[in-house]
Amino acid sequence: METVELYNSQEQIVLDDLSEPVKTGTTIMAVQYKGGIVIGADSRTTSGALIVNRVTDKLTPVADKIFSLRSGSAADTQEIAAIVRYYLNILSTEQGKPPTVKMAANLFRQFCYVYKNYLLASIICAGYDETDGPSIYSIPLGGAIIKQPYAIGGSGSTYLYGYCDANFKEDMTKEECVSFVTNAVGLAIARDGSSGGIIRYAIIDSDGVERHTIYGDQVKNYFK
Amino acid sequence: MENYEQSFNYENCLRNEELTKQGYEKKKQRKTGTTIAGIIFKDGVVLGADTRATEGYIVADGNCEKIHRISDYIYCCGAGTSADTENTTALISSKLELMRLTTGREPRVQNALTLLKQYLYHYHGYVSAALVLGGVDFKGPHLHMIHPHGSTSTLPFLTMGSGSLAAMAVFEAEYKTDLDEESAKNLVHKAITAGIFNDLGSGGNVDLCVMKFQNTQFFRNFDKPNKRKFSRINAYRFPKGTTQFLEEKVTLLRKNLVIENLDKNNNNNDNDNNDNNDNNDL
Repeated sequence: METVELYNSQEQIVLDDLSEPVKTGTTIMAVQYKGGIVIGADSRTTSGALIVNRVTDKLTPVADKIFSLRSGSAADTQEIAAIVRYYLNILSTEQGKPPTVKMAANLFRQFCYVYKNYLLASIICAGYDETDGPSIYSIPLGGAIIKQPYAIGGSGSTYLYGYCDANFKEDMTKEECVSFVTNAVGLAIARDGSSGGIIRYAIIDSDGVERHTIYGDQVKNYFK
Repeated sequence: MENYEQSFNYENCLRNEELTKQGYEKKKQRKTGTTIAGIIFKDGVVLGADTRATEGYIVADGNCEKIHRISDYIYCCGAGTSADTENTTALISSKLELMRLTTGREPRVQNALTLLKQYLYHYHGYVSAALVLGGVDFKGPHLHMIHPHGSTSTLPFLTMGSGSLAAMAVFEAEYKTDLDEESAKNLVHKAITAGIFNDLGSGGNVDLCVMKFQNTQFFRNFDKPNKRKFSRINAYRFPKGTTQFLEEKVTLLRKNLVIENLDKNNNNNDNDNNDNNDNNDL
């Protein structure tokens, strides 16, 4: 319980501390199914105790069928995603065909590794391409790159390891995969204070991208 | 530190680090409390701001302008260090004006957003400007917020500064999509007023800026909710003779007045002429 101070204390005056960087205390997730991938995220962006944006879109496209799921510093990840989008755009023009997820993920890795001491960014890069089909790469804080059948990230992911290990199956159907992702993000929102808002998810396959949202009042309540 | 006249000086960061190591209390930075807000309505954007500028607990300016012009149809509210908000908006404004002149097209809001966020990202939060950027271009109304570290969000209604919670409470309760101009103005007015009265860092008057396509109206001091309740009846001017005096002495200044010609060339010429004349005389 916080007490209200009646004295003139410097902290009381300015509630919104500008020196506090904006972070995405997040739950992000990407899962592979038979013909594509499902990506999902919560929508909370915070600066200290303040919710800066309650309907953030953390599923950031970098190419037509490649998305980056951002966690860490909002400024850093937005900037990296913008640069990678720019590089991939040039690359696809030069090659005359859309870039692969591998290329996108390696561009993210390049920035996250080289500038690891200056950045706070942990990114999941997921998408669909004609060469490798559906693929998911996780680029954690140090700048490694790990190809995975499913990836979770952000502060909310700590609550999800058990659930995911128990429930993930290879070659799920699209519907199974969607409910796996939305359930997991819902569970994390319920337990993680820095995750919340609405659930945004997208299905990416050879046909393209299909985006969905689950509004706050429709997010399942898992414990009473 | 050698010749770094053109760049930022971070010497004090090292000094502060050393002082904290030695056990001195960490220096607190001075922040300006502010309430700024913006909403999108049916055919445009409304921006609003309070007018208080503070230095610690002192109100440095009770009626300052926090809504800055970027271009004719793009305006920007600033919270944080006022020097930083004023200079960043002025810098980006001039860049966009040059761009307008070279391309012959009105700048877009997205363009202003990218320039601002990349500038702020470059300085890693040391330029402490928290901005609400709004404008209407041919693509329609746009509203963004930019944090000092360079991250941005795009929302239909948003608030920033220390009074953001009070203002957001009003928006969350009453915002609807496709508001008409009058109700949009009233809602922003109400939100800023909430900031002025419920946040210690905010105060003064309400400034508003209403932007529609090719049409901007700036309402400086749209409302003055803090007028002086009592004004002085008498000024601090006392009738002659209020203070007693023992002696009176009047000195005429004209007596001591000396007029000198300070024009060098004229003086020389005069002298030459005089010399010649003298010679002739002899």
